[in-house]
Amino acid sequence: MAADEMDGADSSELLRAPLVIEYPFNRTTGPVVGAFVTALRNRTVLGIRDTSGRVVCPPVEYDPRTGAPLEELVEVGDAGEITSWSWVPEVREGQPLQTPHALALIRLDGADTSLLHVVDAPGPDSVATGARVRIRWADEPTGAITDIECFELDGGAS
Amino acid sequence: MRDVAIVSVAQSRHRRAATELNEVEMIQPVIRQALDQIGASIADIGFTCSGSSDYLAGQAFSFVMTLDAVGAWPPIMESHVEMDGAWALYEAWLKIQTGAADTALVYSYSKASPGDLPRVMSRMLDPYYVGPLWPDSVAYAGLQARAMLDAGAITERQMAEVAHRNREAARSNPHAQVVGSASVDELLAAPMLSDPLRVHDCPPISDGGVAVVLAAGDRARAWVDRPAWIRGIDHRIDGHQIGARDLTTAPSVAIAAQHAGVEGTFDVAEVHAPFTHQEQLVLDGLGLDDGVQLNPSGGALAANPMMAAGLIRLGEVATRILDGSVGRGVAHATAGHLLQQNLVCVLEGGD
Repeated sequence: MAADEMDGADSSELLRAPLVIEYPFNRTTGPVVGAFVTALRNRTVLGIRDTSGRVVCPPVEYDPRTGAPLEELVEVGDAGEITSWSWVPEVREGQPLQTPHALALIRLDGADTSLLHVVDAPGPDSVATGARVRIRWADEPTGAITDIECFELDGGAS
Repeated sequence: MRDVAIVSVAQSRHRRAATELNEVEMIQPVIRQALDQIGASIADIGFTCSGSSDYLAGQAFSFVMTLDAVGAWPPIMESHVEMDGAWALYEAWLKIQTGAADTALVYSYSKASPGDLPRVMSRMLDPYYVGPLWPDSVAYAGLQARAMLDAGAITERQMAEVAHRNREAARSNPHAQVVGSASVDELLAAPMLSDPLRVHDCPPISDGGVAVVLAAGDRARAWVDRPAWIRGIDHRIDGHQIGARDLTTAPSVAIAAQHAGVEGTFDVAEVHAPFTHQEQLVLDGLGLDDGVQLNPSGGALAANPMMAAGLIRLGEVATRILDGSVGRGVAHATAGHLLQQNLVCVLEGGD
């Protein structure tokens, strides 16, 4: 295009290119994250005991308050309680459920902190803080947080 | 400690999509204005530091391209943070403290418009436990709002009042994107966007940028009559796992405020709270007296260019000191989701 044609170019003449989001690297997961995702493959959830005795789930390598290295992995339950949630009306690519659902923090039985995941629910009116939820496992676990396909409301939608 | 001041501030007119501009074209006039209005050129600048994100630019090392907007010849000493520009300013302030430079140009910018920003923002999160779930940034923020609502720390009406006050204030801000607001009752009658958040609780998606010039001591006094001196600056971070945090407080704001010397009275405060419920958390952490003028610019609810909205808060306070309209102000910037990381800066006029 000649330079004089650039003036007042309408939007159809603008150059466009796709924006692809990716992180094309592999990571090693280490002794704590690695143990957690390996346990998920066996349909078990692990937390870790911090220096004050709290069970942090999902587990962290270092104490959130003191920075001390943590080692004592402990098994927690596959059901728990919603501690906070929001509604996802418009599902985006890559999210665990492809229907509208709740994003939620869930404190699993035996844990003192909450895990982020999604809850399969028919609508926001059926979700509440304090509601009991249970893991629905993926059919073919791969050793990732998505081995938890989602959480289901205990006893079905209220 | 060396006395360091903000001596010049410029920002773009933020808008939803600067489709016809690339990043260089968008930020170059802003940088030019910041230098021109004090009669400076890049040769007067000892250190240049920028803040931007490759995830928004869609290109690795995208900030290197943007150096074209600076005019980096002969070679300049420069650095970059993949953070809001407020942290680039912190690095520049440190550089001047070391004596390695007496002046600095700091700028930050982003074009969020080419991508799906709420989705892109999920790439900032823990790649093992959270990233694979691709939580969008609005629903993610909703977890914090819900925790505050459940705890009685805020009401939906108070959240709507925050939106109303900020966007009404933006009427006098020539750079703002969302200007003016429907009444609080009308806002509350709107449907939920992502329960418990309505549209008014969320920041706009903005393309834009900001540039400031820093100078030490007599160099600052030579450039302007009334430098905006940085009397204290500090930044702190909360734990990265939100499920292990009490989401009804932002302890790192309070710690940063304490170390930045936030005490006594302030004429103005600019806080970086992208979502309505977060303003109260920041104010609780800052512990300001009543009577401070809060967010006269309209804050991030009026314009929220990613990577720039925090540095803009410092710029808004500095601009008011430079023009003589206020004597002392405090600025706050945040980075990450849910007020994870916070920077607080005390600015003051005078010799």
